[in-house]
Order: sequence, then structure tokens, then C-alpha cells
Amino acid sequence: MTGTLLATGGAPRTDLVGTLGDWAVRITGLSGWKSGLAYLGAMVVVAALLLAFVALFAGPVTWVERRVAGRMQSRIGPNRVGPHGFLQWLADGLKNLLKEDLVPREADPVLFRLAPYFVWAGMFGTFAVLPFSAAWIAADASIGILYVMAITALVVVGLIMGGWASNSKWSLLGGMRSAAQIVSYEIPTALAILCPVLVAGSLSTQDIIRAQGGWPWQWIAFHDPFCLAALVVFFIASLAEGNRTPFDIPEAESELVSGYNTEYSGFRFLAFLFAEWANLWIMGAVATLAFLGGWQLPGVPADVQAASILLNVAGMAVFVGKTSVLVLVIIHLRWTLPRIRVDQMMNICWKYLVPISFVCLLGAAGWMLVARKLPRAGVAASVALSIAGAALVLSLFVRARWNRLRMGAAAYWKQLT
Amino acid sequence: MDRSILQRFDLTGGEMLLNMGPQHPSTHGVINFVIQADGEVMQKAVPEVGYLHRGMEKIAEGMTWAGFMPFTDRIDYLGAMFANQGYAMAVERLLGVEVPRRAEHLRVLACELNRIASHLIGLGSMALDLGASTPFTHAIREREAINDLTEELCGARLTYNYARVGGVSHDIPSGFDARVKRFLDRFLPFVDEFDRLITRNEIFVKRSASVAVITAAEAIAHGLAGPNLRASGVDWDLRRDEPYSVYPEMEFDVPLGRGERGVVGDCYDRFVVRVEEMRQSARIVRQALGGLPAGDIQAKVPRKIKPAPGSCYAAVESARGEMGFYVVSDGGPEPYRVKIRCGSFTAMTIIEHKSPGLMIADLVALFASLDVVAPEVDR
Repeated sequence: MTGTLLATGGAPRTDLVGTLGDWAVRITGLSGWKSGLAYLGAMVVVAALLLAFVALFAGPVTWVERRVAGRMQSRIGPNRVGPHGFLQWLADGLKNLLKEDLVPREADPVLFRLAPYFVWAGMFGTFAVLPFSAAWIAADASIGILYVMAITALVVVGLIMGGWASNSKWSLLGGMRSAAQIVSYEIPTALAILCPVLVAGSLSTQDIIRAQGGWPWQWIAFHDPFCLAALVVFFIASLAEGNRTPFDIPEAESELVSGYNTEYSGFRFLAFLFAEWANLWIMGAVATLAFLGGWQLPGVPADVQAASILLNVAGMAVFVGKTSVLVLVIIHLRWTLPRIRVDQMMNICWKYLVPISFVCLLGAAGWMLVARKLPRAGVAASVALSIAGAALVLSLFVRARWNRLRMGAAAYWKQLT
Repeated sequence: MDRSILQRFDLTGGEMLLNMGPQHPSTHGVINFVIQADGEVMQKAVPEVGYLHRGMEKIAEGMTWAGFMPFTDRIDYLGAMFANQGYAMAVERLLGVEVPRRAEHLRVLACELNRIASHLIGLGSMALDLGASTPFTHAIREREAINDLTEELCGARLTYNYARVGGVSHDIPSGFDARVKRFLDRFLPFVDEFDRLITRNEIFVKRSASVAVITAAEAIAHGLAGPNLRASGVDWDLRRDEPYSVYPEMEFDVPLGRGERGVVGDCYDRFVVRVEEMRQSARIVRQALGGLPAGDIQAKVPRKIKPAPGSCYAAVESARGEMGFYVVSDGGPEPYRVKIRCGSFTAMTIIEHKSPGLMIADLVALFASLDVVAPEVDR
């Protein structure tokens, strides 16, 4: 039995659970139903690895966010614990773990305690199909993207459960808002992600990446204008699904105190926050794998990449790099934009994002028909689009750094200090 | 919560009754809103005030005339200069004291710096209440520079106690005017940047334009004052229309709400009017500093102030509108009665009237756009 348990038909897939499991079977010589134990053991090992990765991402990214926010807001940010305050996340985590685990007297004790696990499971489950490089993915399931969409819906259950069980009106409002928001935005997210699925012809996350290439004009984002629009729709909708500014309505501090997590403290509160930060990675990673070429290295075929450990490391660096850029964009958005109102949030979803994503889906399908007839025109369009995209990014960068570019770095710093 | 407030609600429908406050992130200080809401849409929000009542007016009756001055700082902690000047003006009118021109210039200078500082907080916290935290810290940063200046001027960063009956407490230190000018040179580009960051931000505009529109008639009926009144299009500014101090010599415009992105008198207008007022205040500061005459900073006032029996009213245009002091003397060394009138209290009265049909998030925008300061409401 090669490859993953979930693989059905098509090319044999390589993923970590499959590879480790095969290896364990070979070593132990288990056979029959007992070989399942080896795969179970492999799953536990891979899950532990992923947990370590999530913890090592979600912790430090809080530090990154707070330092970036500090820079944007002319203040310093955490700089006491460790070099440049890098260990602040450990201190905060430890502090929260030592706090009393309070359950309000009027709360529903069972649901109140259960809610963070749902949120956590919905977030962490996604990582099973998120790739890191050509061979490094926990489970290369053939339903990858569908699975991501499905399991993130579990987060809503946790949020509304926590909001309701807290028996606080503010928490309830927060829970209701988050349910309305996440359920609505699942639709444009799913529709937008169908464009890459169409282009790649597969739901598997690895297959979608394999359908792309290392150069920007080989990315699905620049495959055609509709896919580019789908990327924008997907990015906005996934901000809303992750409760990030400008869609941080469920936890709007100035309106709902803290929304669904108002009554939580200690470890349970930490679980909510942890899921929120880890979700940053999910947003960035899904956009990267579906639209931005994933781990593809320019000029290296995917199967060559999968075979070499060195190339796997390089692919992982590319993937992490692209995802980190998106995460930084999300962080910058949070500290720049105000929050929209509940009804406006619904308007944006149903009146704009859903119709646009439908058009994108049809447009991408139509484009594929045309591109099949005129392959050269398709490539030319991709190149033109990627140049336009690069120009846009460059112009945004110049606008953002205008003060500094105009004055020169030295004068800029002098003015800041 | 005061139970009698419940009588103002129709509780038969079973809608949710929410207490927004007294401790709530967006009720700047201790103010409570009792909200009756059907989901997110409010049927009514009744402000409950009084959590910060310190009995200022009664305290005054036990103080000497000059001794009450430090208490006026605490009426509006963001605009202490205005309360200082208003009270000093009232007592001076009662005594018939002529204030030296240099002192008047210094008062105008200090007041306009204070107006900028107060508006910075008001604008920043409105942005914060609408979910954008960066404009707030930028505003705080600029206010910090003003705090440094006032600290040089009178030794205090918040409770200035700067005006005296008949003058001011300190003359400007050496090099002060250069530092003020340097601040102003930096400040105007900052306001432009602030505009780009938040005022012209599309999400911000969508959140505040055409929200909680207060018409001119309503504004007058509820006694709104200052920027809130002008945002509704009523052209009324005490500095120009009931001139006091040396304002007649100053050249400045009175910005009015124009309904740029929505309707005249919406939350966006109240925001924009304050932004524009900061620019005008910067103009006035420059003029006050440029035309600073030489001379005394304190008129001759008897050590023991004992005004002849009588009463008098003096009002200044504070950052929150008309701040008036009605003082009554019975000829003794202590005020017989001091009545304080200020913009925040009247601004609170319109919230109940405007709240039906607004969403909870709009109430936050409305309350923040009125720029209410809790201690000024309760005194």
C-alpha cells in the first residue's frame, strides 16, 4: 500500500503519513489489519510535528504583529522579554496558562468548556492537507480543498457555542455575528477557490500546485483575469472568515467589549487566540497554494522536487516566504483599516463578492475553452497579467514608502525620532 | 443602574435590554447607555449619567473666588484651559478688572493649543471606536508635543490651572515661540496625513456618512454647542459672534458641516469639522504668537477677592462648545453660586432622540462623533 489512505485513483501520491507508514510497515513487518496500526502511529507522529509547527508559528506571529503594529503606530511594542522582545509570546502564553480557569456561574458549564476545542479542532484540522513542499504534506487527500472548506466550518460551531454558553449578552451578540459572517463568507470563498480547481482539474492541494509552475506567469493567479479577480475575492472573503480587520465584527472591541470570548480566561481564552493566529497561516497558505504557485521552484519539475530533500527544503522556503508576505499584508491591513458595520458586511458578501465570484467561475471556464484553442494567446495573457500585477505591487510599495523615498532614509528616521 | 430609567422603556415586547457601560471600551469614561435592541437594531438607547458627579458647583460655594480655579481644570480634563479662562472671565467681569493684552494673547494661545490637543483625542478616539487604532496613536503622538509645550508654559500637562483672575500664571519661557512654530510646521502636514489615513478612508466614510443625522433645527432644540452645532450647518461660534478676549483681532474661518459625503449633520461632518478646526486653531496660534505684545501678564487684583453683590455670565468657545460660567456674589469672599454650562451635557440629550433605528455600531459612532467627555457631563 503506497501513498495515503485517502488517495483514490490517479497517480500515486506521496505524503508524510503514507511515507512514514510504509516505512513503519517495512521495519516492523506488520501485515493485514495490523499494518493499520503503523499508519495510525504515523498519523500521531505527523500530527505532533504539525502541532509543533502551528505553535511555533502562532506564537512568534503575535510578536511580529505587535512589533509591526508598534512601528506603524509610532510606538515600540514589546521589547523586554528576550532579544527585541521576541520571547514575549512565551511570557504571554505562560501567563495565560497560570490564570484561573473561570466559568461564570450562570454559564452552561459543559458547552462553555467545550467551545474552544471546536474552534481549535476546526483550525488545526485544516493543516492535514496544507502542503509545505513537494513531498511534505501530512495527507495529500484527493478532496483537499473541499476538506479545508468543510472543516473550517467547525470554527463557527465553537464560536456560537462559546457565545451562547457564556450567558452574556455581549458574547451572544458576538457569537451571532460570527455565525452570520462566517457562514455567509464561506460561499464566496468556496466559489473563488473553484477557479483554481477548474484550472488545475483537481481538488487535491498538491495537484493544484503541480498544475502551476515556478514563474509568476505560470501561477493560477495570472492564468487569466478571472482567476486574478478570484484571488482578490478569495483574499477578502478569507479575511472575513478569519475575523480579521476590517471584518473583525464578532470581536469588535469598541462595540461588543470582546465578543464571543468576553467571559473566557486562562487556557480557554488562549485556545481562541491561538486558533485566530494560526488561522493567519491558513489564510496565507491556501491563497499561496491555490493562486500563487505554492512551493514550485522556477525551472524545476515537481517530481524532481519531490525526490530531493534539498529541493524540498528550498520549496518549503518558497512556500513559507509567499505565505509570510500574505500574512504581513493581513497584519498591515488590520492596523490600517477601520471596521465595517454588520449590515455592510452582509452587503459586501451577498451583493458584491458572491456575484463577482460566480462571474469569475464562468469566466475562468470560458477562458480555458478559448486558451485551449489558442495556447499562445493564453501564455501571452498570463505574462501580461503577471507584469501588470508586479507593477501594481511595486506602485503600492512606492506609495506606502513615499515619505521615506522622498526624504531619503536618514532624514526619515531623523523626523521619526 | 437607576431603576427609574426602566420606566422609559416599553418592556412588553421582550426585546433584549443591554447595559452598555458604565465600564465599556467606547463610553469614554463612566457613562451608561441602557439599550433596548432587537438583534443589532436599537429601539432606544437612554444615556444614564451621573457616575462621575463630584458636586463641582457646590464645592465652589465653599472655596474662595480664586481658590476654585484648580477645580475648573477637572470639569473637562481634555480642555482645562477653556474652563480656566471661562471662570476667570466671569470673575473678572464681576470685579470689573481689565486683563493686560499680553495675558489675553497668552490665554488665546494656550486655549487654541488646547483645542488642537482636545480635538486630536476626540478624532483619534472616534477612529478607534470605529475600529481603526492607528490614527489614535498618531493623534496621541501629536498631542504629546502639545503637552510638552503646555508643560513648558505652566508646568502641567493636563490640569493646567493657567488662567488667574486678572491674568495668567506664567509668561512664556525663552525660546517657546520658536518651539511652537516648529510644532505648527510639523502639525499641518500631519493633519494632511491624518486625512489620508482616516478621513478619506472609504470604510470610515461608509461607517460615518449619513449616520445619525442631526438637522440644524434639532441641534438648536437640544442645545448642542460648538463643533456639533456647526456640523449641523448652524453658523455660530462664540469666538466670532460674541467676541471675547483678543479673538476679534484674530483671523480665522469657522468651518461648517457641508454634508460632503452624506447629509449635513451626520457623524462624518462632525469629524471633518473638527479636523478643519484644528487647522484654524493652528492659524490662530500663529497669529497670537506673532502679535504678542509686551507688558504685564497680571492685572492688579486685590489679594482677597470680594466682588460687589451681583451676578454675571461669561462663556467661552471650548473644544466642546459653549462653556459658560454663571457666577453670583453676595459680597463675601466665597462665590454664592457658580453654575457651569457645557457642551457635553447637552450633547448627551440628543442620543435618546436619535437612537431609534440605529444599529449598536452606529450608537458608538454617534457617541464618539459628539466628542463627549464624561466628567464634563456630570461635573
